Amino acid sequence: MKKHLLSIDDVTADDIAEIFATAAEMHDVQRRDVKKLPALRGRTVINLFFEDSTRTRSSFEIAGKWLSADTINITGKGSSTSKGESLRDTVLTIASMGVDALVMRHSASGAALQVSQWVDASVINAGDGTHEHPSQALLDAYTLQRRLGSLEGRHVVMVGDLTHSRVFRSNVLCLTKLGARVTVVAPPTLMPSGVTEWSRAAGFETSYDVDAVLPTADAVMMLRVQKERMSGGFFPSPREYTVGYGLTRDRLALLGADVPICHPGPMNRGLEIAADAADAAQSVILDQVSAGVAVRMAILYHLLAGEGSAA
Amino acid sequence: MSEQPPSSPTPHPGDQTDAPSVAPVPGEPEGRIVLDERDIARALTRISHEILERNKGAADLVLLGIPSRGVPLAKRVAERIAAVEGVEVPVGSLDITMYRDDLRKHPARGPQHTEIPSGGIDGRTVVLVDDVLYSGRTVRAALDAMNDIGRPDVVRLAVLVDRGHRDLPIRADHVGKNLPSARTERVAVRLSELDDVEGVWIS
Amino acid sequence: MSATPTKLVVRGASLLGETTGDLLVVDGVITESGSVDSTGAEVVDADGLVALPGLVDLHTHLREPGREDAETVVTGSRAAAVGGFTAVLAMANTSPVTDTAEAAERVHDLGVAAGLVDVHPVGAVTKGLAGEELAELGLMHRSRARVRVFSDDGKCVADPRVMRRALEYVKAFGGVISQHSQDPSLAGPTSCCHEGELSGRLGLPGWPGVAEEVIVARDVMLARHTGSRVHVAHASTAGTVEVLRWAKSQGIQVTAEVTPHHLLLTTDLLAGYDPTFKVNPPLRPQEDVLALREALADGTIDAVATDHAPHARHDKEHAFVDAAFGMLGLETALPVVAQVMVESGQMSWTDVARVMSTTPAAIAGLDRQGRGLEVGSPANIVLVDPSADLTVDRDASVSLSRNNPWHGRTFGAAVRATFLRGRATVLDGALV
Repeated sequence: MKKHLLSIDDVTADDIAEIFATAAEMHDVQRRDVKKLPALRGRTVINLFFEDSTRTRSSFEIAGKWLSADTINITGKGSSTSKGESLRDTVLTIASMGVDALVMRHSASGAALQVSQWVDASVINAGDGTHEHPSQALLDAYTLQRRLGSLEGRHVVMVGDLTHSRVFRSNVLCLTKLGARVTVVAPPTLMPSGVTEWSRAAGFETSYDVDAVLPTADAVMMLRVQKERMSGGFFPSPREYTVGYGLTRDRLALLGADVPICHPGPMNRGLEIAADAADAAQSVILDQVSAGVAVRMAILYHLLAGEGSAA
Repeated sequence: MSEQPPSSPTPHPGDQTDAPSVAPVPGEPEGRIVLDERDIARALTRISHEILERNKGAADLVLLGIPSRGVPLAKRVAERIAAVEGVEVPVGSLDITMYRDDLRKHPARGPQHTEIPSGGIDGRTVVLVDDVLYSGRTVRAALDAMNDIGRPDVVRLAVLVDRGHRDLPIRADHVGKNLPSARTERVAVRLSELDDVEGVWIS
Repeated sequence: MSATPTKLVVRGASLLGETTGDLLVVDGVITESGSVDSTGAEVVDADGLVALPGLVDLHTHLREPGREDAETVVTGSRAAAVGGFTAVLAMANTSPVTDTAEAAERVHDLGVAAGLVDVHPVGAVTKGLAGEELAELGLMHRSRARVRVFSDDGKCVADPRVMRRALEYVKAFGGVISQHSQDPSLAGPTSCCHEGELSGRLGLPGWPGVAEEVIVARDVMLARHTGSRVHVAHASTAGTVEVLRWAKSQGIQVTAEVTPHHLLLTTDLLAGYDPTFKVNPPLRPQEDVLALREALADGTIDAVATDHAPHARHDKEHAFVDAAFGMLGLETALPVVAQVMVESGQMSWTDVARVMSTTPAAIAGLDRQGRGLEVGSPANIVLVDPSADLTVDRDASVSLSRNNPWHGRTFGAAVRATFLRGRATVLDGALV
């Protein structure tokens, strides 16, 4: 496996299978009284979060601690518009304390890649702007695979604000890599620019019509819609969004009873996903959270435990 | 433990035990056979009796095989105990990959499956089962792993082959065959559950 | 060579790439051309070199006052001279902004003191570049700096009413507004990557070509309505070229410039999120690059201007979306244009002289520059080796900054000598 996890492009289908197998074992560790493995003892992992996130950060923190690594949380300062340190100075200062891995979240796309060129440590991208969130995609795919068996040939439908979603970008790469058929649904204003060429090249489909696509879905992934986007002129009103694209009770009925429903969280109940759908038996939203720790343990283990890892 | 994995660099005699259990390798290994199928069967039968003797029956016994080949061996012992005592002894597996003391010397390998029987190991007599005892580091790792899972009353060790050259103060309670060997020699164990032949070879 | 030789002969140059001959320079003026008697003159051997009139840059950022850590008028002048320039127009987005006569004179005087190129300050169109009230355009024109070109570059004069007033106002003294065409509602301050498949995939805020085109279209209509001149800075899209073609066919007084980087570099260089390639307007796809080349060759685009934009290292060492916009350009402009346009046969050296000297000087209203190599014109001369083998080393630059997109690239033409009114500022490829 490569030294960094910046993008799903950094892992092959075989790497993903290995991560999933390890994650399955890690899942068992979560159920024990002593939730500890010594594999990363002596390693130092810094969670460097320039953007707020309780969920992802605590998931990585727990994952590191359960592997006996020393994990430290650092909140990075805001962007460069203040006359502060350059990003490079900021990360070099931290990395030069002798760090094995930087788990980084930043509001700028590409920040993780740029940082990986400046530091010796392994860099794990915990979300860079609207670009990628590889550990989320891995835990989403892992969760779906546990529910569905193999993802090969399965039809996964993603609905939501694709333009601003790093979860979408990582997931589309991950799911197609694992052989799934992916259709993404959004209104035209929330489709990324150039998506037609991109989808053709990358092998996924696009649609504006969620009702046409849902009946053939084997799995559904609802993406968060930020209300702030409404004022950016992307969409007239929350109500119109829900009627056109939300996973309402009616649309829930269109799905087979064993079609898992995912959401990376946090949810806007009533906006992109009805409460009934979020709490339905077929919802795997909570499974995603517990999978998150296991998958992140697997990622940290494979990147840091062996020879040829950072430090 | 079986012989060194194909992926290792220049063989160092000490490496041979430190290598993790390998995936099944097709065909007969090199060298001469020291235990054939029937020898293995007899050894396992004797080991099973010894376990029962030592424990004065099957009460509170738990067998944990160390992957890969310790697992089918543990199952075979459990079958024999069931045949003799009429008791189903809980059988499971204990993967030690994450507890190895040489993690940083190899690329990170994914763990194999750990399955602790539903009754747990607290207060039990755990018999660890492995195919080859060599440096003792695997068993040390297994003891550490068990420490994080529970607190057995007693831990014993049963191995099919003891080839000597201990690096740590570890000894087996039940041994199928003592096989003095040079450090430069390789010991290969094959079992029908995982491989297409059965036996123990030395080369 | 002595400080300012009274008599200088440039011997055996290929004049504008056409005829080989000598140039006799007396007291800073070209007095003879052809076969010249060199008695009593200092001689510069120009065998195998192409002689062009000194280059004139309509668009440079010298950063002084305010960001002397990135560039000063002195270091910027050095970079210009090394690049073959004898005059540069220094943009107004300094700190403080050049929006008063005093500020303009300050930059002008710094240029005179540096003495390597003629530095002509550009005046801001609006006070503080805020886009609301006109700056003291008339007073800046009347000052020692004799400002004629005004620009809020860095920002767009977005309010159509303000742009209209500015276009009208400068008619009184033959001034021209140079517009940084970027509709702020369509391409805001975070927009940094051509809006298209790459920006979608990389998750970078898109900068659609149409944000430039709607302003260019608006401004040519305003220019027609007010009967004024307007100049389009750093044209970057095929759509802009279409608008320019139409406008010129209608007799509208519009001129346009293109940067060397927009003639050669494309948006896919952003795939690695390297802020070296972050520039405003952004690098575009190949279709736009080809349209710009064609437009430069056929005169739809009138001039090449560098938009030389030095930045201190720490201003580029940020996440891409946070990093400063801009690339160095003075030292490499001619080699780039030579490779893209002359080596490919789309333009001759005479054409290069037109787009990099004569026309920019005319647009800026400079009387001492851009007069070609005619007898009687000031001896602003650049000697170019058209068969050099130049690999760009960013650390060898005379600019204070290092944000150089050409590092490691090889070019076939190189500036060997530059003369400002008969005085050598660069000889043998290095500053004198």
